[in-house]
Amino acid sequence: MQQNEPINESILSDAVRQDLKKERIDHMTYLPGMEVLDSDIGQQVLTRTSSYNYHCYTEADVRRALSHENRTLDDFGALLSPAALPLLEEIAQAARRETRKHFGNSVCMFTPLYIANYCENYCIYCGFNCHNKIHRAQLNAEQIEKEMEAIASTGLQEILILTGESRSKSTVAYIGEACKIARKYFKVIGLEVYPMNSNEYAYLHECGADYVTVFQETYNSHKYETLHLQGHKRIFPYRLNAQERALKGGMRGVGFGALLGLDDFRKDAFATGCHAWLLQRKYPHAEIAFSCPRLRPIINNDKINPMDVHEPQLLQVVMAYRLLMPFASITVSTRECARVRDNLVSIAATKISAGVSTGIGGHSDEISEKGDDQFEISDERSVGQVFHDLQAHGLQPVMNDYVYV
Amino acid sequence: MNMLQDDRLTIGGHSFTSRFILGSGKYSLELIQAAIEKAGAQMVTLALRRANEGGLANILDYIPKSVTLLPNTSGARNADEAIRIARLARELGCGDFIKIEVIHDSKYLLPDNYETIKATEVLAKEGFVVMPYMYPDLNAARDFVQAGAACIMPLGAPIGTNKGLCTKDFIQILIDEIDLPIIVDAGIGRPSQACEAMEMGAAAVMANTAIATAGDIPTMAAAFRQAIEAGRKAYLSGLGRTLEKGASASSPLTGFLRE
Repeated sequence: MQQNEPINESILSDAVRQDLKKERIDHMTYLPGMEVLDSDIGQQVLTRTSSYNYHCYTEADVRRALSHENRTLDDFGALLSPAALPLLEEIAQAARRETRKHFGNSVCMFTPLYIANYCENYCIYCGFNCHNKIHRAQLNAEQIEKEMEAIASTGLQEILILTGESRSKSTVAYIGEACKIARKYFKVIGLEVYPMNSNEYAYLHECGADYVTVFQETYNSHKYETLHLQGHKRIFPYRLNAQERALKGGMRGVGFGALLGLDDFRKDAFATGCHAWLLQRKYPHAEIAFSCPRLRPIINNDKINPMDVHEPQLLQVVMAYRLLMPFASITVSTRECARVRDNLVSIAATKISAGVSTGIGGHSDEISEKGDDQFEISDERSVGQVFHDLQAHGLQPVMNDYVYV
Repeated sequence: MNMLQDDRLTIGGHSFTSRFILGSGKYSLELIQAAIEKAGAQMVTLALRRANEGGLANILDYIPKSVTLLPNTSGARNADEAIRIARLARELGCGDFIKIEVIHDSKYLLPDNYETIKATEVLAKEGFVVMPYMYPDLNAARDFVQAGAACIMPLGAPIGTNKGLCTKDFIQILIDEIDLPIIVDAGIGRPSQACEAMEMGAAAVMANTAIATAGDIPTMAAAFRQAIEAGRKAYLSGLGRTLEKGASASSPLTGFLRE
């Protein structure tokens, strides 16, 4: 089962090195209860990604991609290639034009709300992983309401509800209750929770959620296997098909993200774009969103870093997403600092979080039992500060951009 | 000038002297009032999904009370959602005008005529002044008339593209054949294109992105106003004919009849 994939050294603690030697279940075999879709999208993504060779592109290919009005996956491949790096300024100008054309100067604001950090997975780079000794907590309905009340009082109208991936602790019914409470305070509700079956997504849609984001982390299934050692998340294809199940469940939109720094970021970004592009062709009504997270330090491992994904590479990825799918929403999280985020929204990103806590109970002073953070954030600005800074950049903060009907 | 002063656009029993419908999205809320003033617009669209009553950055707080609100149903993917959004708009006090947008395609944002017709039928019966955004198709336009639409709003080009009158010939057919105001919506990127639509006989032009993405928003709004007025004046004056092929023969072929 074990592969010889080299792992980002900064992730590897002594304990993780020991655990990597242990026997693990097959990551490509569905577990009982997991819905199997009759869909070839996942396979198409993997096939196209495996034949993506970013070294074969030249400056001329990148310029050709820029000149196209409607860009192909091959254009996208060129824009992600090393040949595009010297052309970042020209790409930025093109990306900005597309962003303005589709979104004007509007930038949506939201905040994530972590309601539980219990997790059954062992993802060796994540602060919530089940073996990491952190303080665990789960908010009850009353506490969720307090947190949401506190967030709504800042003026936000969009919320992203997150949990650690524990189906037994954070059941579908529990997440549904959180959505129902959120409906009282917010106009737009997104979810970033464990992948589930389409009927469960349908239930959560009924409860008020209309956007589902699932990070594939890496699309390299061999690497994936060495990073996710235990738990449901280990089952690679079940995660890969989560967005399609969410759309079948009636969700309005789906979000995609590779955690940049886990594997070859160009391949992972290509796969992410490819995944979104193929799904949008199959489900033309689906709204598409990209997240562009880079690896961050966690509690008990402050060395973790995204290796070769420096700021220019991050910018390259964000802009390539924009040029492939000019209409897609692109989020920059507080994994990045204020300077990077403010500039990314000036060029290509269209959604930004504010007043962020990645721990449990971080918004309301009335909650004493707090849980530890998923990762360290780099931008601690409040909602008011982000609102003001967007305006200072000539951008229009938008609090809600959807009517739940 | 008298010709223009007496010239009014009537939609659903309401009368307007301006033939420029201005969008309010994609630019800073603080600029909306100045843009409306420079545009001379009497009707302004707003996406109901952007309304944030009592909250931060509520677009409704920035649109002057003197203009007619034209809420749109953007975000609706089918007739049912459009109907529900329209009713919400009315509950929020946005009046009886509703621009129906039903879009089932997140890439090109092309309107779904079939679903839009269904929504038009229901909402017109409920007393709404229904202004449907549509793909310029004559058969669909006739169905919109039957369904009770107050006007027809065909797209000039895909929304937000600023490409102008890509569908010119088909819009002309609607202008020629449909007895409702034809308002060109979406795709108009320059004042000259707005002027051309008006010369063709369009009843009005709706624009947003062209103004929102301009360097100087109020000045571009003013430029559109002038272009639309010029185009209307030209239409009312009766344009001189253009010969597509050949020249006008100095010795007519039928001259022998008079010999």
